[in-house]
Amino acid sequence: MSIPTLSQIAHGLSTGHFSSEEITCDLLADIVAKDKQYNSFITITKTLALVQARAADQRRSQGRAAPLTGVPIAHKDIFCTRGIRTSCASRMLDNFVPPYESTVSQRLLDAGSVCLGKTNLDEFAMGSSNETSYYGVVNNPWDLDAVPGGSSGGSTVAVAAGLVPGATGTDTGGSIRQPASFCGVTGIKPTYGRVSRFGIIAYASSLDQAGPIARTAEDVALMLNVMAGFDQQDSTSVDRAVDDYCAQLEQPLKGLKIGLPKEYFGPGLDDGVAQCILSAVQDYERLGAQILDISLSKLPLSIAAYYVIASAEASSNLSRYDGVRYGYRCDQPTGLLDMYCRSRAEGFGTEVKRRIMVGTYALSEGYFDAYYRKAQCIRRLIKNEFEHALAQVDVIMGPVTPTPAFNQGSKTVNPVGMYLEDIYTLSANLAGIPAMSVPAGFVSGRPVGLQIMGNYFAEAQLLQIAHQYQKVTDWHLQIPPHSSQECA
Amino acid sequence: MTLVDTDIKKIAHLARLQISQNELIDYVNSLGSILALVDHMQQVNTDDVEPLANPLDQHQRLRVDQVTTVNQHDEFMALAPVSDAGLYLVPKVIE
Amino acid sequence: MSWEVVIGLEIHAQLATRSKLFSGAAVTFGAIPNTHATLVDLGMPGALPVLNESALKMAVQFGVAIDAEIKQHSVFTRKNYFYPDLPKGYQTSQMDEPIVGQGYVDIQLDHSRCKRIGVTRAHLEEDAGKSLHENFTGMTGIDLNRSSTPLLEIVSEPDMRSAAEAVAYMRKIHSIVTTLGICDGNMAEGSMRCDANVSIRPVGAVKLGTRTELKNINSFRFVERAIMLEAERQINLLEAGGVVVQETRLYDSEHNTTRSMRSKEEANDYRYFPCPDLLPVHIDDDYIANIRAQLPELPDQRCQRFIDVYGLSEYDASVLSANRSMADYFEVVQRCCNDPKASANWIMGELTKYLNEHHIDIADAPISAPQLGQLLKRIADNTIHGNAAKILFEALWHSDDDVDKIIVNKGLKQLSDVGAIETMVDEVISTHVDQVQQYILAPAPRRDRMLGFFVGRVMQASKGAANPSQVNKLLLQKLNRLN
Repeated sequence: MSIPTLSQIAHGLSTGHFSSEEITCDLLADIVAKDKQYNSFITITKTLALVQARAADQRRSQGRAAPLTGVPIAHKDIFCTRGIRTSCASRMLDNFVPPYESTVSQRLLDAGSVCLGKTNLDEFAMGSSNETSYYGVVNNPWDLDAVPGGSSGGSTVAVAAGLVPGATGTDTGGSIRQPASFCGVTGIKPTYGRVSRFGIIAYASSLDQAGPIARTAEDVALMLNVMAGFDQQDSTSVDRAVDDYCAQLEQPLKGLKIGLPKEYFGPGLDDGVAQCILSAVQDYERLGAQILDISLSKLPLSIAAYYVIASAEASSNLSRYDGVRYGYRCDQPTGLLDMYCRSRAEGFGTEVKRRIMVGTYALSEGYFDAYYRKAQCIRRLIKNEFEHALAQVDVIMGPVTPTPAFNQGSKTVNPVGMYLEDIYTLSANLAGIPAMSVPAGFVSGRPVGLQIMGNYFAEAQLLQIAHQYQKVTDWHLQIPPHSSQECA
Repeated sequence: MTLVDTDIKKIAHLARLQISQNELIDYVNSLGSILALVDHMQQVNTDDVEPLANPLDQHQRLRVDQVTTVNQHDEFMALAPVSDAGLYLVPKVIE
Repeated sequence: MSWEVVIGLEIHAQLATRSKLFSGAAVTFGAIPNTHATLVDLGMPGALPVLNESALKMAVQFGVAIDAEIKQHSVFTRKNYFYPDLPKGYQTSQMDEPIVGQGYVDIQLDHSRCKRIGVTRAHLEEDAGKSLHENFTGMTGIDLNRSSTPLLEIVSEPDMRSAAEAVAYMRKIHSIVTTLGICDGNMAEGSMRCDANVSIRPVGAVKLGTRTELKNINSFRFVERAIMLEAERQINLLEAGGVVVQETRLYDSEHNTTRSMRSKEEANDYRYFPCPDLLPVHIDDDYIANIRAQLPELPDQRCQRFIDVYGLSEYDASVLSANRSMADYFEVVQRCCNDPKASANWIMGELTKYLNEHHIDIADAPISAPQLGQLLKRIADNTIHGNAAKILFEALWHSDDDVDKIIVNKGLKQLSDVGAIETMVDEVISTHVDQVQQYILAPAPRRDRMLGFFVGRVMQASKGAANPSQVNKLLLQKLNRLN
């Protein structure tokens, strides 16, 4: 029993083993039959998918196929998709059908991929457990009681369960890597500015970055090849040539210098997780890498800096949801103020409101310097520390999370406890460097991800490092007990 | 930093969020603990540190001054909760 | 006690770009509501701003023109507040790091005095939409066409001491931005509007009094009136033992009063922070030097040239150069007729009178500069005389015809044929026997006045075409001979 990877599906399409329409029909049937137990999709775009699949088959028959032509994928429901409801898992946008397309989804559309639907997430991408969605909790296929992680939990679950071979995600503080780790799939958060943010519903503008989620590093590379690139419509997009992320996958790792920051292995790290990571590091040694101990002493500060910056930017980014031009408006407002306050109170969920409150406070008169400005200074220190470390080593490795996936409901009472779970992922967003999660073992049947962080624009190198590891391990090919059967 | 009811009410007003009495108590606690977490930053001396607004320290790119959009008025207006005569309608604004 | 008024102005000049500050939507006025508002202007989810290069260039042009410090590094900031015509819930502006720093302009107070007014800063920001309060079943309508239109906010020092100075300053800024071509200066359409900070203090006092802010004044006349009213209100308040409250007030031009806008005051906490969707703006020395090198002739330089080259008085030169359209008009007229003084007189006199009566801007004057120039040329070469010129001017105002054609058609050509005029003079004398008799009997001083009667009759007979001085001369000769 196996679940085909995105590369295998792409290969099957190119060799004519099956058509896009066939694989699309199969996967749609699977989603309909099996997603009730996961709740990984908010919207299934069946009709559209079949139209796109037939168009892809036609394109292939005309000899105009690109690497992703006819390959089914899904989008986190944070990417605006023209004519398809884009909810951001919020009541606020429950009825929102954008008349425009995000750059990322447009690029994937232009490459001929087929969109099966929009995946679940934490409301406005705020959360680490996918328990804050207006459309309900997402269940982890490895253990239905466990959270899938968040915020891109719907995408990682859909991939892990074999409902779709690849999906898009966004990562503001670990929202691709953490759920990828919890679900045993591969995901990358590229360098800030590498992938356009245009048309992605903003959480924290200076931290948000979109990336692909799939089973293997090779799959991820195929998707990133299409997603990455300069976009005139995003001022923070970087005008720099995009590497071919598949080109260097097969290069050996001999001489690679890997840094292990001692702070990533300190108190709070689950023993089982630590063993998985250290075992993976040994695998890398066998592949010819050299291991160096390093220090990233600012790690503990990343939580404070992150929650201030992210909340502050979110409080402002989410002011546009006011019930005037689109989205939710409360019934029978008694006046303008009432319309604002009730529409927003009723349209947003608890965690979103909490972060808006924190951010509003942090920016309010008299506190800006102590909070936002201070956090940005610390952000600089964190970036400096990474630059210093990455001058000594090629990449930095460590765990993605302190523990494997926790049980649903176990951390919802105490928000701070939940925030502390993100300690290993936040600093890559603060510094803007690329980072990924690669399946590296299991603890009590729940997956563990290895985090690989690299220098700015070193995505090709990270993917090469992950791919070489996946050639000698099969963690990424394990099939969750509750997943779908072979479908191709 | 401890927050009291009046702080929460002021923040909620600035953020235009209606809050119930129960939520008020919850916010006093949860915001209080988040701010305690965040206060770790204050131990670090950052006097000589330039704030980092953008991770790549890049500069703003400029757009050529050209009209590039098409009129999508009808599509946008269809999203409006309440509209009339091509205008978005809101409860009366009193100046 | 005698009081001194202290005034500072914040002028918002709408920049004359094609597209908006952060989006590719067209900048328009009076279009169908919400048809020129795109993703960015509507604050749609996922929309992102990209800065318009022309807007930046225009801001720098202004800075260079007022001899200001141009900041190589400037930052866009979000000013957060909720208002229905502010789609994103924040206005993107510049706070701590504006593009233009300290500069100045000189204003002409009267025929001889000049005063320097400091400009604290000028920064780029986006405009909001418009709230329409007409009755939509008890609701307010929102039009976002104006959303994200580029504005340059020009903040002065509190250097002005009277409403007249404030107006002179505003006119000067108007002439600079219109000369640079960075703003159309159309105040009726809101292309330039201003907020006035007004306070009073006892003459001689150093400390500034509590100020009020008068919002959104959109004409020179209203600026003057609003400031005078507000200063008077504050003086009355203080003299009655009251205190001035720091607040925002609205000038009501209909009732000529100012009133408090308390609704805008409550809980002002704008939570400024650098906009994370825009990066710091960086410009280099070459960029600034390039703009400096291409700067057009500025009003002050033009004024000096009008004095030096055309020999105009300082006052005439300053009036003509204060408005770019007027200065351009003058130069064309002058070139046609080669008589700077007559050109200035006609533009500042007859033309301005007509324009004011019809509320028309000189740029839209129905009489073109070449037409007026041609008219003046025909006066200079004695084809027409003063009276006929006024008839011709009136005719030109209503028609596009050629000047010489109108002169022929209306028979305005000056009659200089002595024989013909003499015949008319003889005719008038012979048909007004009584009046001639009275003239002859009158003492010399009264005769001068009585002569006008005969002149008028002859002019009438010539349908205005006779040369009046010739008529005068002939009448005198003939009447005196009867004596």
